[in-house]
Amino acid sequence: MANHPGSAANARVHHFKLVLLGDTAVGKSCLVVRFVRDEFFEFQEPTIGAAFLTQTVQLDDATVKFEIWDTAGQERYRSLAPMYYRGASAAIVVYDITNPDSFTGAKSWVKELQRRGDPNVVIALAGNKADLETRRAVEFEEANAYAQENGILHLETSAKNANNVKSLFIEIAKTLPKNAPQPEKEAFPILQQQQETRNCC
Amino acid sequence: MEPLADGEYDAIVMGTGLKECVISGLLSTQGKRVLQLDRNGYYGADGASLNLSTLFGKFQAGEPPTNLGANRDYNIDLIPKFIMATGNLTKMLLHTKVTRYLEFKSISGSYVYKAGKVLKVPATPQEALSSPLMGLFEKRRFRNFLIFIDQYKPESPETHQGRDLNTMTMRQLYTDFGLVPDTHQFISHAMCLELDEDHMDQPAASTVATLQTYMYSLSRYGTSPYIYPVYGLGGLPEGFSRICAIHGGTFMLNQDIDEVLFNESGQAYGVKAGNQMAKANMIIGDPSYFPPEKIKPTGVVVRCICLLDHPIPNTNNAESAQIVIPGPQVGRKNDIFVCAMSHGLAVASPGIYVAIVSTLIEKGNPDEDVAPGLQILGPILQRFMSVSSTYEPVSDGSDDKCFISASFDATSHFEHDVDDMLRLYERVSGTKLDMSINADSVEGDY
Repeated sequence: MANHPGSAANARVHHFKLVLLGDTAVGKSCLVVRFVRDEFFEFQEPTIGAAFLTQTVQLDDATVKFEIWDTAGQERYRSLAPMYYRGASAAIVVYDITNPDSFTGAKSWVKELQRRGDPNVVIALAGNKADLETRRAVEFEEANAYAQENGILHLETSAKNANNVKSLFIEIAKTLPKNAPQPEKEAFPILQQQQETRNCC
Repeated sequence: MEPLADGEYDAIVMGTGLKECVISGLLSTQGKRVLQLDRNGYYGADGASLNLSTLFGKFQAGEPPTNLGANRDYNIDLIPKFIMATGNLTKMLLHTKVTRYLEFKSISGSYVYKAGKVLKVPATPQEALSSPLMGLFEKRRFRNFLIFIDQYKPESPETHQGRDLNTMTMRQLYTDFGLVPDTHQFISHAMCLELDEDHMDQPAASTVATLQTYMYSLSRYGTSPYIYPVYGLGGLPEGFSRICAIHGGTFMLNQDIDEVLFNESGQAYGVKAGNQMAKANMIIGDPSYFPPEKIKPTGVVVRCICLLDHPIPNTNNAESAQIVIPGPQVGRKNDIFVCAMSHGLAVASPGIYVAIVSTLIEKGNPDEDVAPGLQILGPILQRFMSVSSTYEPVSDGSDDKCFISASFDATSHFEHDVDDMLRLYERVSGTKLDMSINADSVEGDY
């Protein structure tokens, strides 16, 4: 494992679990792959074959390390497990600006998150595929008004041309409380992976 | 007929219990296309962990009273079990790397009921010396016995001290060390987790092997040999389901089936739900999804979920505990198990304790069967009683392509259930799962 949480260099690294939500084929995995690997595939496999990916955002006063969980297709029949939401400090709810149904879907995912997630979860609404302006079917203003009503972040992104993808994660990183008291941690060390979880330092 | 999901799979798995999720996780990791469905809206099937409102709903108990705290604080296991820290389930968690998704805590203590009292099973030599479980001379004999067990290696005759545990019975082994029947009882029932007295007259080797697992687990992790996933056992099937999903498995909750479809030679080839169907080479699932002629009853388990506003008396205010009531102590054949958990394991609101009493029905009246377990709990705020028949498949699936798991047993641990899971895996895949992984290994390509 690359990280040694006890080391001085890591002293100000804040770890957060971030989950993606949204209907099938809105570009959730593409956003993650663009953010983490700076790659884009027109036909990104619906699953990315990884338990979760990690990526770090450098802010002026802190380093934020995201542990990013993709739905792995379990959103297709609304079969996400409570474990998915549990402990998530942030969530990106994605819709496709060319697909109004996916915006309706996004609103129901926000509700689901408010019901099942942590009460303080930071939510960002991402209108993806913003490069397809000619096929736009969800107006920016409409989504933005919804986001403001619900007190959540809102950006339009393009995983394809990378527009706003990094900004999305940076905005979330800025919004997350850095001085929140770390929950008491005495969980069982049956595995090294424990050190990688966000509450460890 | 419309296709159900994608319509064609290598395997259809019905039910999202732990065994089914492990199998689907392993299959999809090997590149098989898997469809897994469950009639309930939650993972875990009979072994789910439920929040308060779902629990009260399931038992038709109306609205939960407000003094129990927040609904979301609760993850109450329908089938309570603890995980032996170095047992086969831990190996399987490590093998599949489901450990990435879960956090575990040690169970605070292991207790045994003797002559009307709840007493701690000694976890250290010091505890053994001060334990009221044994008299002074018995303690020395107990110590000698444990030293023998600790050093015993089947493959090294020099550790056998002239004993052949493949022919010597457990009763003879105890007697050989001069141990008295009360001591046999707590070792066999609270440490070896034998369910009744049958093992006493069988070769000692297998009981000694389980005792070694117990002692090794205990020495590895402190106050009890058990670990437990924070937020409840429901996290286990959820974790395995995610392994399946990230390898392409498809999941459908709230999806029941009308029937398993069979061809003219009696082989299952798919499932039908309304006007939809899906086909697969193998139909896997828990007994509740198959026609009655494919399964047979094995017993009736009673489980009583109790909510308390205090720790279990005589457990030194333990945050969590296992209590074994050996059957013979209360005039029964089968042991009664009590699993107690609380807020520290993220299964209940602060101040509330969950104690689940389970045993096999042998008196015909479930209240009578669990009564000795309820008596040691003190005042109970709320209790939910479930009586369920357990089943096992009538055949191994090689002929009819129905690969059916056995119901979870009444014990408070997973050791027998994992054996069933390994056999199911072997039936499904034709190969044995490699369990040579070291249960205390922390290595891996995370």
